Amino acid sequence: MKRIGIFVCHCGINIAETVDVKRVAEEAMKMDGVAYVQDYIYMCSEPGQTLVREKIVEEKLDAVIIAACSPNLHESTFRAAAEEAGLNPWQCEIANIREQCSWIHSNREKATRKAIKIVGTLVEKTRLNESLKPISVSITKKALVIGGGIAGIQASLDIADSGYKVILVEKESSIGGHMAQLSETFPTLDCSQCILTPKMVAAGKHPNIELMVYSEIEEVSGYVGNFIVKIRRKAPFVDWSTCTGCGLCMEKCPAKVPSIFDRELTTHGAIFVPFPQAVPNKPVIIKDYCIYFKTGKCRLCEKVCEIGAINFEQEDQFVEEEVGAIITATGFETLPVADLAEYGAGDVPDVIDGLAFERLLSASGPTVGEVKRPSDGRIPKEIVFVQCAGSRDPERYRPYCSKICCMYTTKHALLYKHRVHEGQPYIFYIDIRTGGKGYEEFYHNAEEEEGIIYLRGKVAKIFRDGDKTVVWGTDTLTGRNIEIAADLVVLATAVTPKDSTAELVKKLRIQTGPNGFLSEAHPKLRPVECINSGFYIAGAAQGPKDIPETVAQASAAACKVISLFSRDHLEQDPAIAWVDEDLCSGCRVCISVCPYDAREYDEEKEIVIVNEALCEGCGSCVAACVCGATQQRNLTDSQIKSMVTASLGGK
Amino acid sequence: MSENLGLATPRNPPVRLTRDMVNNGFKLRVNELSGQNTDACYQCGNCSSGCPLAQEMDILPNRIIRLVQLGQREDIIQSETLWICASCFQCTVRCPKGIDIQAVMDALRQIALEEGVDHFGPDQIDPEQAAEVPQPGLVGVYRKLST
Repeated sequence: MKRIGIFVCHCGINIAETVDVKRVAEEAMKMDGVAYVQDYIYMCSEPGQTLVREKIVEEKLDAVIIAACSPNLHESTFRAAAEEAGLNPWQCEIANIREQCSWIHSNREKATRKAIKIVGTLVEKTRLNESLKPISVSITKKALVIGGGIAGIQASLDIADSGYKVILVEKESSIGGHMAQLSETFPTLDCSQCILTPKMVAAGKHPNIELMVYSEIEEVSGYVGNFIVKIRRKAPFVDWSTCTGCGLCMEKCPAKVPSIFDRELTTHGAIFVPFPQAVPNKPVIIKDYCIYFKTGKCRLCEKVCEIGAINFEQEDQFVEEEVGAIITATGFETLPVADLAEYGAGDVPDVIDGLAFERLLSASGPTVGEVKRPSDGRIPKEIVFVQCAGSRDPERYRPYCSKICCMYTTKHALLYKHRVHEGQPYIFYIDIRTGGKGYEEFYHNAEEEEGIIYLRGKVAKIFRDGDKTVVWGTDTLTGRNIEIAADLVVLATAVTPKDSTAELVKKLRIQTGPNGFLSEAHPKLRPVECINSGFYIAGAAQGPKDIPETVAQASAAACKVISLFSRDHLEQDPAIAWVDEDLCSGCRVCISVCPYDAREYDEEKEIVIVNEALCEGCGSCVAACVCGATQQRNLTDSQIKSMVTASLGGK
Repeated sequence: MSENLGLATPRNPPVRLTRDMVNNGFKLRVNELSGQNTDACYQCGNCSSGCPLAQEMDILPNRIIRLVQLGQREDIIQSETLWICASCFQCTVRCPKGIDIQAVMDALRQIALEEGVDHFGPDQIDPEQAAEVPQPGLVGVYRKLST
């Protein structure tokens, strides 16, 4: 019989206050197969680990159980210690008597009895544990980055600079994302395009980065280190290999398409480049608006193109790429003004959103940086900014804080004041949140020196009266209601995930949270990884985020990828499912329950096998298997049976 | 709207804020007389919470500053607060933004006194009491509270 050693941790008073650790140790000593028991105040400390190592050797232990905190925290610590002392790491188990016992109970007697039972179940499990070897998986050292905004660009550059290949996929025809639309950036007021375009150019020219713009992810299969990605390359109807980007076609195109880049404040042709600094600077034809595609006549662009780059016959292409890691950096959208009924639902003139105001402020925008209201082009003299338009409103819109609006609204008011000196900006807010370096100072300056009036209260209604857009709000600081007959109203609409995120996460098999943003593996300690190995996240696709935070997260995600690629092989946990080929009936119920696509039908053997690289050891197939053919290593049916018996106090 | 309907004047009508009202010169005058930037106030309320006479005031000191920011001259001029303020400097000492609130109160009193209304005079004090108050004190009060 195995000689099992048990080490009971006090965790200071975290465990010892509620659980009588001495009694747990005494009772554990009486259990079958237990050869040695010791308690200690901090088992995870260096002396604690040394104790474990020494006793494994001295007492000739075959397996150890550490009764302490959750295995999420210190399983790897103690398995490493056990391995140092010559044990197979899978002969070390954790009995969680903290999170699942001392922390959640107050009755010392009952908690102690429960702790004894927890240790007892682990003794049963450990007795039948096999010694396992980690599964070795090779790695394709090439990354896929989805989304070409500042997050995707930064992550791609960092990975590429470290010598690994990157495929950067962007849905639009140019990289740049929302940052390319911005005028100036808080809190330093440097020009957004001036700091972004060098990075766009660098990404476009980097020998290790393959840009795939105007492309979308079709399908993803495989597993960490070995993904296969199918990418749809949408037809631009322009031969980009010969197009020089001269722009003649765009000048001549008679169609009128509302510019998404300019938030529909302007139009462009059906053949267009979204903005002058686009990377790559090549046009695409939007089929839905192209007069030729709609009526069969026109082809004006084709006539003016001297090199004959226009090709109406082009079709979408599909390419397959092998990559080892995937970073999702698909960014954000904002709640449409049309969704906000009390703010006019988009029907009241001169009510625009923050991104549209960015375009009005931008030197490369439709008004060349002059603030003019959309309805009649007049320069607004009274301008109202409405914060939390759809944010922090769990009853009707979004429950969360959109985080960036306090700062960008202050920036908007400031830039407006710099352009229209005699104008008066008002900002309605609920709270002002300035939790970033230099942010509070930026806000103080706006309030103290720039004459911006901050009004504490949520706006209730916006309506048109003559040529004025009237805002009804309140100022809770004076206890008075406020009415402002404004010339222009700017809504800081809620930051939301992209509509396309939901579809993409299904293809990638990664998770989103309740608000549709991508979920990280741990909110504090694993903020850039997904739960599924090999997937990483960066930027506002994870939640509202400003530029510095986005860039930091992108670099962090890149760093994780680089660290993955720095190894030649991956070691996977072997405590996963396996199949007894003699018992498997080939019913395939396991395939339907596996969330990781790790079960495959073997036509030849007529059984369902386990793809060891994909299996995460969740146990779904084990539970579903009718004939007991599928078992989990070190968590077999017989182990579970004896654990249940022990937990019920039986033998 | 209420006038048309023949109803009574609303007790708490909305403030119709305009840039003229915000920049009507009242705030600038207060700032000039006091040497302070009232826009620096971020309404933490520390002046009010430490004020030993706050319980006697109709408008708390922080709200007085807020009304200055919005150019609400009439509300302030009619407030009792200006005359209850003892000029003890508690508010000035406590202000995290370094605004000399006592100086702002002085400026507001000066503006109110320009209206020519005395807020204290020899007839408002009992002669027996007056006899006990030191003369410089009485002169100080007259100077502060009358034209």
